[in-house]
Amino acid sequence: MILTKAQYDEIAQCLVSVPPTRQSLRKLKQRFPSQSQATLLSIFSQEYQKHIKRTHAKHHTSEAIESYYQRYLNGVGKNGAAPVLLELANEVDYAPSLMARIILERFLQEHKETPPSKSVINSMLRDPSQIPDGVLANQVYQCIVNDCCYGPLVDCIKHAIGHEHEVLLRDLLLEKNLSFLDEDQLRAKGYDKTPDFILQVPVVMLCPLAVEGHIIHWIESKASFGDECSHHAYLHDQFWSYWNRFGPGLVIYWYGFIQELDCNRERGILLQACFPTDIVTLCHNVA
Amino acid sequence: MAAVLESLLREELSVAAAVRWIVHSAQSSEDDPGEAAALSSLRPLRKEFVPFLLNFLREQSSRVLPQGPPTPAKAPGSSAALPGRPGGPPRGGRGARSQLFPPTEPSSAAGAEAPSVRRGGRRRGPGPARERGGRGPGGLEEGVGGESLPWAGGRRPRSSGSPSSPSLARSDPPNLSNLEEFPPVGSVPPGSAGTKPSRRINPTPVSEERSLSKPKTCFTSPPINCVPSSQPSVLDTSPWGLGLPPGCRSLQEEREMLRKERSKQMQQSPAPTCPIPESGCAHPMRTGNLTAEPADPARVSSRRRLELVALVYSSCIAENLVPNIFLELFFVLQLLTARRMVAAKDSDLEPSPGTIDSLESPLFQSVHDCVFFAVQVLEHQFHILSHLDKGTLKLLAENERLLCFSPALQGRLRAAYEGSVAKVSLAMPPSAQAVSFQPETDNRANFSSDRAFHTFKKQRDVFYEVLREWEDRHEEPGWDFEKGLGSRIRAMMSQLSAACSHSHFVRLFQKQLLQMCQSPGGAGGTVLGETPDVLNMLGADKLGRLRRLQERLVAPQSSGGPCPPPTFPGCQGFFRDFILSASSFQFNQHLMDSLSLKIRELNNLALPQPEPSDEDGESDVDWQGERRQFAMVLLSLRLLAKFLGFVAFLPYRGPEPPPTRELQDSILALRSQVTPALDVRALLQQGLRARRAVLTVPWLVEFLSLADHIVPMLDYYRSIFTLLLHLHRSLVLSKETEGEMCFLNKLLLLAVLGWLFQIPTVPEDLFFLGEGQLDAFEVDTVASEHGLDSMPLVDQHLLYTCCPYIGELRKLLASWVSGSSGRSGGFVRKITPTTTTGLGAQPPRTTQGLQAQLAQAFFHNQPPSLRRTVEFVAERIGSNCVKHIKATLVADLVRQAESLLQEQLVTQGREGGDPAQLLEILCSQLCPHGAQALTLGREFCQKKSPGAVQALLPEETPAAVLNSAQNIAVGLATEKACAWLSANITALIRREVKAAVSRTLRAQGPEPAARGERRGCSRACEHHAPLPSHLISEIKDVLSLAVGPRDPEEGVSPEHLEQLLGQLGEILRCRQFLCAPAEQHLAKCSVELASLLVADQIPVLGPPIQHRLERGQARRLLLMLLSLWKDDFQVPVPLQLLLSPRNVGLLADTRPREWDLLLFLLRELVQKGLMGQMEIEACLGSLHEAQWPGDFAEELATLFNLFLAEPHVPEPQLRACELVQPNRGTLLAQS
Repeated sequence: MILTKAQYDEIAQCLVSVPPTRQSLRKLKQRFPSQSQATLLSIFSQEYQKHIKRTHAKHHTSEAIESYYQRYLNGVGKNGAAPVLLELANEVDYAPSLMARIILERFLQEHKETPPSKSVINSMLRDPSQIPDGVLANQVYQCIVNDCCYGPLVDCIKHAIGHEHEVLLRDLLLEKNLSFLDEDQLRAKGYDKTPDFILQVPVVMLCPLAVEGHIIHWIESKASFGDECSHHAYLHDQFWSYWNRFGPGLVIYWYGFIQELDCNRERGILLQACFPTDIVTLCHNVA
Repeated sequence: MAAVLESLLREELSVAAAVRWIVHSAQSSEDDPGEAAALSSLRPLRKEFVPFLLNFLREQSSRVLPQGPPTPAKAPGSSAALPGRPGGPPRGGRGARSQLFPPTEPSSAAGAEAPSVRRGGRRRGPGPARERGGRGPGGLEEGVGGESLPWAGGRRPRSSGSPSSPSLARSDPPNLSNLEEFPPVGSVPPGSAGTKPSRRINPTPVSEERSLSKPKTCFTSPPINCVPSSQPSVLDTSPWGLGLPPGCRSLQEEREMLRKERSKQMQQSPAPTCPIPESGCAHPMRTGNLTAEPADPARVSSRRRLELVALVYSSCIAENLVPNIFLELFFVLQLLTARRMVAAKDSDLEPSPGTIDSLESPLFQSVHDCVFFAVQVLEHQFHILSHLDKGTLKLLAENERLLCFSPALQGRLRAAYEGSVAKVSLAMPPSAQAVSFQPETDNRANFSSDRAFHTFKKQRDVFYEVLREWEDRHEEPGWDFEKGLGSRIRAMMSQLSAACSHSHFVRLFQKQLLQMCQSPGGAGGTVLGETPDVLNMLGADKLGRLRRLQERLVAPQSSGGPCPPPTFPGCQGFFRDFILSASSFQFNQHLMDSLSLKIRELNNLALPQPEPSDEDGESDVDWQGERRQFAMVLLSLRLLAKFLGFVAFLPYRGPEPPPTRELQDSILALRSQVTPALDVRALLQQGLRARRAVLTVPWLVEFLSLADHIVPMLDYYRSIFTLLLHLHRSLVLSKETEGEMCFLNKLLLLAVLGWLFQIPTVPEDLFFLGEGQLDAFEVDTVASEHGLDSMPLVDQHLLYTCCPYIGELRKLLASWVSGSSGRSGGFVRKITPTTTTGLGAQPPRTTQGLQAQLAQAFFHNQPPSLRRTVEFVAERIGSNCVKHIKATLVADLVRQAESLLQEQLVTQGREGGDPAQLLEILCSQLCPHGAQALTLGREFCQKKSPGAVQALLPEETPAAVLNSAQNIAVGLATEKACAWLSANITALIRREVKAAVSRTLRAQGPEPAARGERRGCSRACEHHAPLPSHLISEIKDVLSLAVGPRDPEEGVSPEHLEQLLGQLGEILRCRQFLCAPAEQHLAKCSVELASLLVADQIPVLGPPIQHRLERGQARRLLLMLLSLWKDDFQVPVPLQLLLSPRNVGLLADTRPREWDLLLFLLRELVQKGLMGQMEIEACLGSLHEAQWPGDFAEELATLFNLFLAEPHVPEPQLRACELVQPNRGTLLAQS
């Protein structure tokens, strides 16, 4: 699912100020039936995160927090069973899970003598049963299960997706008989930067239109869509670091990427949306 | 001095005697007594003869060479028009010498010169001063002092006021009619990139001598009938025009006639057809109007005189009495290619007062004289010429003047060309490759702290980021290294706090330097002889052309005249600028340490020993390898030494020598205390003694070339220069005796030394030291009978790679062909002879152990490959031995440590006590076992080495030799391994045990779940289970539907729920894609799901009335969950959440409330052993504490009692429950 910049922009355009709910996702899928759902979800998630990063600060002023808390109290005062917190989040265009965190933090400040630690709050968000107030627990839980971009469940899903694709890649490598060192082995050896896999014997990836192939020393699996923002961050934090240590390598964005970002091939960073099919390995018997 | 020359010219003195007189201070018995008498009176002046002669020749040529202005003051601009030609008036030795090769400070006139200089990068063009990324591509001084030294011009500051200075021309407005600077669009600038511009035009062979060039196949217009385009390669093999088809013949003849006709015309009017412009803004050198005057042997004015001077001059060159033979060759070639002569004005021809009779008239009165003289000298220097590269030989052989004046020499050159394989090509620079990460040297264990480790991690990335940016941008106009990268580099350097981090960074820096800059050919000279030379390129096939073009575009294009200053071309510029921008004292110190170490290591590397005369092809292959290795080592050494010199002398470098004697003395006093960064003198002496000068001297020259002005005056370095001078004098090329240095080895040394002597920081007088010590110069070479010097290690490719400036000869000749005149660059200096003293001391000799000597002796008569094999095997086996010990003995000990630790933990409880203390206890128990390592290591080496040696040596190796080789390998490997083991085994065990302890203690920590990860599924599993991420997200959707808000039409079908639980089972059984966090979340979600089932909160899709799940279905789903919890989850399932107030509270919202499912679930949990009765009771008990609506609390209490009262018998519970519930009956009746 490699998109041109223009295709990507068209999708991103549709995602402005869309709340991260089930319903929004359903509509998005109807709008772009030809794109894979996973790709759409990944783009949606990334766009939403960018949006949240931009607006994060304004929701965390003490005035905003106070006003949200009051609105929450009023709401549940009228009807504790209504989705007060979720609606509040959607209304102010903020992620429900993050809104739940704000309110929970504020609630705990009011009811506990010492300010709550981050780990306590995280633990309560993971398991709202620990929240001393039953109504709030339900409200928080509702926010978390209805948020498809943030929250402990989403985090877990993302982690699981990443893990699954690493396993997938590992299987493909084993299938192709390519010996490798994985992240854990590399860490055990004391490598300071660890791609998902380092090939013990490099391979050459052939590209349809290029005369020469590209040497691959390492492979990094990314179970997300490669947009400009995340790709640049990855380049800086990971891919170039791998290049600096291990030479040229391959990044697989399983959910696709913006075509124009694949511009460092000659320098030694290749992008693919799947495991490459045309691979040349070193022949041991040159007869 | 003139007297000597005078007597020579009068033939009162034989040339041989004169040369003997110059070379040896003492008179030889061969000398005629009369000559001796004449010379002895001149003895004090003896050492001034050579500089006098050189200056004399330059001056003489200045009088007649055409572009020399009649009087400099009249046309200062035009004096620079032909740099390389003396521009100044004869003013006596000192003044004139400095002007021999006028500066290359750009003038509008200078722009017309040979392309070499324009591309040299030294030239500061009229554009922005820092054209290419700040400090200029290669320049050295800029950025240091902020002031640019005009080295490029080869001018000392004191001569800047010379009337021939072209700087006046700088302010000239651009001359738009100048075809060179403003060529018509689409035209090929003449001489650009050193090629002939005429190649695309129909063939215009000027003479038969030009036929060496490729056949004139054109691709823009069809070739004239002569050459079938399919035949170029055939013609190339007999390129002398002899094999030309008849059609060409006639063309050639036609042209020949034309030529003769024209030369006849020229002779009738000897004055140049175009007058020399007098004004400074005119450009006499424009190729458009420049035609070379034909030279005629018949018109040479005073043959005998010229012959004599040529002979003396040649003898001086042959005896290495001149500082730089290639500079002299360049001068001679300039004479050969002189275009026209100026009708000398009377004033110039008038004898200066004090000149003596036969020197009265100019030596060169015409172009004919110049060419005659040049050819004479070239004849004497044929031996050197024949060793130049093929391209130069071809150009020489094709030179029609040379043919005209000496057909014999031309014949010899042609033969040399045909026999030569010495093609030199510019190779592609290697692209940047990063230094790879090696755990042995780069992992955490090599750093003092986590912080240092992570800091270095970041630094490595910043370093490459900076490097990449430099690669991308340094050629952009206006980009500046310091501005672009300086602050980032300094920020990075400032983080290097610990000494250990510095050494890590320096290692990275040095490795990257070697990787990127080691040799222009990357793999080391593989392109030798493969590519056609520049002038042939257009005749070659398309691919070849493309390749040449590419080379030309990427290769450093010019070295900038025959004597360029030291530069940092290409990637070297990055490293230089990095050092300057970093300006970190610590970094520089560490870098010097590291460079010194590496230089020592490489300099002492055992390089090829002479092969016993073994002529088969096999050893030839070996020999190629040896040569390549030598070239690699030599180039690496030169690079490292250059940077060592750069850093070591950086603090002292300034643009000017100290102004006064007093200041100089005080600086000398200070500096003489400073110990050199590397004891280069000792290494030089060692190298000379071991006959390894061919390896040592080239890098030493690189090192010294970056010295500051004071260095050569320091005793230490003065003695080095003395040694080098002695060496230079001793490398007489004509002497080729057995066991002497090979010709090309000598030529390389002469070239690099000659270059060194021309560098501005080296005092001018240094070369003409009093020769008193020269005779005493004896090198003690007993230590090694066969050194590297006597092996043919240097080939033309290496020579030209090390000394690209030799290529200027070819450029000069090529520019003659292309119609524009060559131009010199670089610095050529006047020579002021003085006498100095000083001699280096001999270093003490080292002694070696007897065994080592025997081993040495053993190898001496064996092929070098044997020694390398043995050393290699020993090195590898030794290293593997250590790894083997680590994997066996140490690993065993670590396992012991782990089990001991486990015991400890069991006896002392979970905490097990202080980790540091634990470690001490374990180490004290285990470290003594390390003593076994030596025994085991010995065994390992004993076992492994012999086989490896045997496998690597040829089969016919005699048994005894094999046996000895194996024994030596075993010995060396054992020595290496045991040395390491005895020093490090305890520390190694400690380190590994420590890691194991912290691992074990961590594993005891709060994340036992993580250890259950990836327990794998059965072998038969084909991993068709759905992905966990997918399932979590499906379940999440169900949860969100249940919790709401939802649209009225939204819901889940019972089948879907069943399917989800089925998938959950598959995932938990396959586990291929399951990770611990996912499983934990699945467990939690399954509990949530159960609670929702119990509370009947899941909105069900189906017929409009049925919005609730059927009881039976709910029970079936709960049973599925119970079974998953019991059998399939490998992480703890948070079942207590079923009784959390929040989940129980879900029941409160349902009307009518139904408790049966909850009771059912609780009973099953107990039944299946998933939860204890007590546990559930506790949970139920704590539920009472929560605040509930009155009736709900009541029902809850009933449930509690019921649960307590009933013994767990499966079936009857349901009925009992129904009995308890007052409204239960009605509900059941409804369903």
